[in-house]
Amino acid sequence: MADNSFDAIVVGSGISGGWAAKELTEKGLSVLMLERGENIEHIKDYQKSNQPVWDYPHRGGRTQQMIADYPVLKRDYPLNERNLHYWASDKDCPYTEEKRFDWFRGYHVGGRSLMWGRQSYRWSDFDFEANARDGYGTDWPIRYKDIEPWYSHVEKFAGIQGTYENLPQLPDSVFMPGMDLNIVEKDVAARIKAHYENRRTLIIGRSANITSKLPGREKCQYRNMCVNGCPFGAYFSTQSSTLPAAVATGRLKLQPFAIVTEILYDKDTKKAKGVRILDAETNLTKEYYSKIVFLCASSFNSTWVLMNSATDIWPEGLGSSSGELGHNVMDHHFRCGADADMEGYEDKYYYGYRPTGFYIPRFRNLFGDKRDYLRGFGYQGGASRKEWSREIAEMNIGADFKEALSEPGPWRIGATAFGEMLPYHENTISLDKNKKDKWGLPVLAMNVEIKENEKKMRKDMMEDMKEMLEIGGAKNARTFDHDYAPGMGIHEMGTARMGRDPKNSVLNGNNQVWDCKNVFVTDGACMASASCVNPSLTYMALTARAADFAVNELNKGNL
Amino acid sequence: MERRELLKMIALVTGGAVIGGEFFLAGCKNPEKGNGLTFTDDDIAFLDEVAETILPKTGSAGAKEAKVGLFMKVWVNDCYTREDQENFHAGMKKLDEACDKMHGTGFMKASPEQRTSLLVALDKERAEYQKNKQKEDPNHYFQYMKQLTIMGYFTSKEGRTTALRYEPVPGKYIGDLDYKKGDKLFAGLN
Repeated sequence: MADNSFDAIVVGSGISGGWAAKELTEKGLSVLMLERGENIEHIKDYQKSNQPVWDYPHRGGRTQQMIADYPVLKRDYPLNERNLHYWASDKDCPYTEEKRFDWFRGYHVGGRSLMWGRQSYRWSDFDFEANARDGYGTDWPIRYKDIEPWYSHVEKFAGIQGTYENLPQLPDSVFMPGMDLNIVEKDVAARIKAHYENRRTLIIGRSANITSKLPGREKCQYRNMCVNGCPFGAYFSTQSSTLPAAVATGRLKLQPFAIVTEILYDKDTKKAKGVRILDAETNLTKEYYSKIVFLCASSFNSTWVLMNSATDIWPEGLGSSSGELGHNVMDHHFRCGADADMEGYEDKYYYGYRPTGFYIPRFRNLFGDKRDYLRGFGYQGGASRKEWSREIAEMNIGADFKEALSEPGPWRIGATAFGEMLPYHENTISLDKNKKDKWGLPVLAMNVEIKENEKKMRKDMMEDMKEMLEIGGAKNARTFDHDYAPGMGIHEMGTARMGRDPKNSVLNGNNQVWDCKNVFVTDGACMASASCVNPSLTYMALTARAADFAVNELNKGNL
Repeated sequence: MERRELLKMIALVTGGAVIGGEFFLAGCKNPEKGNGLTFTDDDIAFLDEVAETILPKTGSAGAKEAKVGLFMKVWVNDCYTREDQENFHAGMKKLDEACDKMHGTGFMKASPEQRTSLLVALDKERAEYQKNKQKEDPNHYFQYMKQLTIMGYFTSKEGRTTALRYEPVPGKYIGDLDYKKGDKLFAGLN
């Protein structure tokens, strides 16, 4: 085989790309995985994974220089001294904000699988049927039964901790033993369960932190240092999980610094024959050839590649014949909820830094509940004792003050909701050909907003939490809304949605581009609706499912 | 969810925005080189003494031993806006003047008791001012020093390993641990 020819090319190395590479190589294909950024090797390159806070010049904070250098990243928590090298440069990779859009990206091997929140939840048929039921967006071409075995498949390998709850709106995963709620969370959970007669539940946040060993991976040590990369491999990332499996087959070639600029479309065969890349270091272009292409470059970047491809046939790009390419952008809107004080647990504390909080699954617009908005939301939060920088009313200076600050303070409990955003056709990304990035490539322009449905939902997102905290026995419950701008959820979805009809969707039920059947898009771009749960586990399952389909089709000679 | 835990940790754990380090900064100013707002060795010694008065050596290290004065210099220079830098520098002078007014001597020459009584008074003034100030009003100068003292101390090696129970690798999670008054906070690498 020529050195520029492979069975499959995978574009991107994050959560979806890593899964594509693992599944395709394990099924016998030779795979080239292309990553636009630098390589980060597991453990070896996690330079700060054991670094104590005092070894950071600014103790993990942010400087004015960082704020100047990262005009987008500064808008939320990602701009800090701990893992700045994991976030894409705002200056090198600009974009256009027709409306404010916060785009937080990871351009390196592993992508955002290195920095992700690790919350992992299955969708249910309430989610897959949502568009069909209320008419927003188009119907998903799949149902829960289609993806259920693939959830199990990826969960067994990735390692998801959680507890079996048998909730229809939040199906159980194949779990490793769940992490414990702390004593306050447990008691609040019991009071909520009793008061709402099981219609509302507070459970441990399900996450991709392993609580039992897996091959090559140690269980979680409760350091809560995940953002720096885990030297124990205790959370799922491309590096800790899928990449070693793909490498072990001997059939993977990983190439960093390769920016895929377009898919090479052959109009005679009506198929892709490969991709063109721009070497991010040398600016030279090169072509690679393959039988199939998996686009896993992250929602917007996968669509960006499509928009730049086959423009001689379709001016708006490969997959644009439906008019939906670039449309229906979604995110999860959040940053509002409630918190409160909890008295009566002064003789209780906890040990270890748990890398997840609690979760309250969706209860609105389900089981007969009907609100003045569509869909729903879940909550993520935690209870903890305040630490050293709380104000202490009396002892404000001196030895007693110091001793008091060295002890745990009062308990506090709070949560923010994560709300479903409807798929609106007019929420779009498009190419801005007047602005170029560091490599002279056209950039994306974002035009996304939340609308009345989300704004109405936010009222419940605050008030419901306040009510549950009061039911749970907490005091002084107060709501908060820290404002939300699209993108802040870092759950950007849509722009190349799956559907049942090539006239109104970009991908079919197997993530194949309707207009080009040997190109598969399996990252967040494919989403036809957003649900209210964190999306990554669903990307994993959809990717594994599509890879299985693709290999079967290849073997049948259909691709 | 690490990213949100980080946010949560800062918001819950520090119980308020850190000046210059806050996570939702609206503006951004480039630091200016040679702006005349420099720290001399005497300034750092002064800040060490202010910090030591707030968090003195007890059974655990004091703020001076934790080099909090030097930390304040780095943070003010690199993380503050020009306006906050000016307020901080002016604040050092104001603090010294307030000491002279109260005790008839500058802060460096004041006794430990005089220093404490001054900072107790300043802290009351600070708390009152911060409570009543409009959002756009500048912070009270002692707000800067007190906040940086606490942050600098409890994120220092000396503070964290002597005043708290430093446990970088817990290895397990216990959600229901008995606690008795006097037991210290657990603290890890973060």
